Amino acid sequence: MSESIYGLIARFDTPEAVVEATRRARQAGYRKMEAYSPFPIEELTEILDFKPKIQYLVFIGGVLGALTGFALQYYASVISYPLIIGGRPFNSWPAFIVVEFELTILFAGLAAVFGMLGLNGFPHPYHPVFNAKDFKLVSRDKFFLVIESSDPRFDAERTRSFLESLNPEEVTDVQP
Amino acid sequence: MNRIQADEKLIRRLGSYQKIALIVGVLGILALIAGFFLTSGEDFFSGYLIGWVFWVQVALGALVILMIQNTVGGRWGLVIQRVVEAATQTLPLMAILFLVVLAGIPHLYEWAHADVVAHDELLQAKAPYLNVPFYVVRSVIYFVIWIGIAYLLRKWSLQLDNEPDNAALRKKMRNLSAPGILIFGLTVTFASVDWMMSIEPHWYSTIYGIMFGVGAMASGFAFSIIVLMGMLKFKPWSGIIQTIDVSDLGNWLLASIMLWAYVAFSQFLIIWSANLPEETTWYLARTQGGWQWVAIINVFLHFFLPFFFLLVRGTKRAPGRLKKIAWLVLIMRFVDLIWLIYPAFSPGKLAFPWVSVAALLGVGGLFLAIFFRQLAKVSVPPLYDSRLPVTNVSEEAHGHVS
Repeated sequence: MSESIYGLIARFDTPEAVVEATRRARQAGYRKMEAYSPFPIEELTEILDFKPKIQYLVFIGGVLGALTGFALQYYASVISYPLIIGGRPFNSWPAFIVVEFELTILFAGLAAVFGMLGLNGFPHPYHPVFNAKDFKLVSRDKFFLVIESSDPRFDAERTRSFLESLNPEEVTDVQP
Repeated sequence: MNRIQADEKLIRRLGSYQKIALIVGVLGILALIAGFFLTSGEDFFSGYLIGWVFWVQVALGALVILMIQNTVGGRWGLVIQRVVEAATQTLPLMAILFLVVLAGIPHLYEWAHADVVAHDELLQAKAPYLNVPFYVVRSVIYFVIWIGIAYLLRKWSLQLDNEPDNAALRKKMRNLSAPGILIFGLTVTFASVDWMMSIEPHWYSTIYGIMFGVGAMASGFAFSIIVLMGMLKFKPWSGIIQTIDVSDLGNWLLASIMLWAYVAFSQFLIIWSANLPEETTWYLARTQGGWQWVAIINVFLHFFLPFFFLLVRGTKRAPGRLKKIAWLVLIMRFVDLIWLIYPAFSPGKLAFPWVSVAALLGVGGLFLAIFFRQLAKVSVPPLYDSRLPVTNVSEEAHGHVS
């Protein structure tokens, strides 16, 4: 049985409890674990040592947007269809900045949305954690901590008693 | 109620800063007196105007931050409340130091000369607004409004320290601050038009006022960040300031310089696009003969460099790094004011108004002496406010990068 489960899940009633439990599990040496909460808890991000990468994608998206904005206008007004307007040069870069700015925002925004989906591993039609008992409460008022069986320190008996010692409401198996 | 006292060391430190500021102020004033005799009236008064406006906009930035804090504030506002309150208490001093600008009206403003106006149809048309008595009256009105708001908010805030549960008092502060922000927008617009834009009375820009006001807000945040980060290692601040507060203040600084860049560029784009002779003169005076380098430095060091540094989460969360960026913004505010004011007296020919440095030190020394005195008086944040729980996570704020 021990090798066939996805992991063990502990349910907590308060954010403080799940933060404390995650901290203790981390100190105990567990690494392959995940905490679930109805709302973002900043401490959890730090304890789980989660390094978000989304900001790099957003930045790259923004830079690409600015370059696209410039290329678009440069091509249109210098190469494709040069027109003298108000005696200004074809490459009127100050006037280009408005569109560059808009495209920076657009591309950064798109990079944020699709980057988030991609980094989260979506589309993801199946995840074992949804097999856990009462897991649907995670979107209401309960907090969960999962220790996966792939963690080198995972042992069905000892991990279970460790989780029990963290004062959870309940500890159950997660079927794969 | 159990009042938390500030660290004795902090109070002593503030006291010694006050003395140093006073000495610098006196030396600056001596330099100003020397400047008065050594340079032309134009150079002296324009330099004085630059240094004086710099400190006025720090105080005004503090005032608008205080009003925003009283209207919508959260933790970020509570942690800098004492700093900005103390900074607004310098406004009476700034009003007194304005007398020097008044004495310089004939040197600063073309429209004050009857013989010039007599030969200038445009200035005749503007004379109902641009004349010396009305200029003085308007400036008095601005200062009465600003000092009045600053005085009341400080008074009520100190009263609140003794009766923290007085909800009516909090409501009064909010009811003054919310319309106060609107009044601030109007008075700062008129003040910047009067004091700075009317130096070149033929030129006009309707975005000038907001550009100055937003720059003032950036200065207010930069100044408050520098002071607050300096107090971090002292009690009770060490137990109060959290990483999130440092980060929020960094975001405010980022937002202010972005808005400043936005309006400054808007003015440039509109004038550049229209390309009308009466509008472009202002930029021609500021982008030729060496001034273009100041303009380029302004764009990069007042906007791009702080912008990119403040985009990085790590900068905003490390008090030391945020403080450095705040110093950069504050210094660039001074450079920006030189670039806004001095080319009117030296169009298309780069020159450094060294009197402005004497004024920066002279006015600044007195400003800081009053500021540190006020800060030492009440340097403890409003801990009774339920939004400001005392915690022990300050260690995270020290060099912690996530």
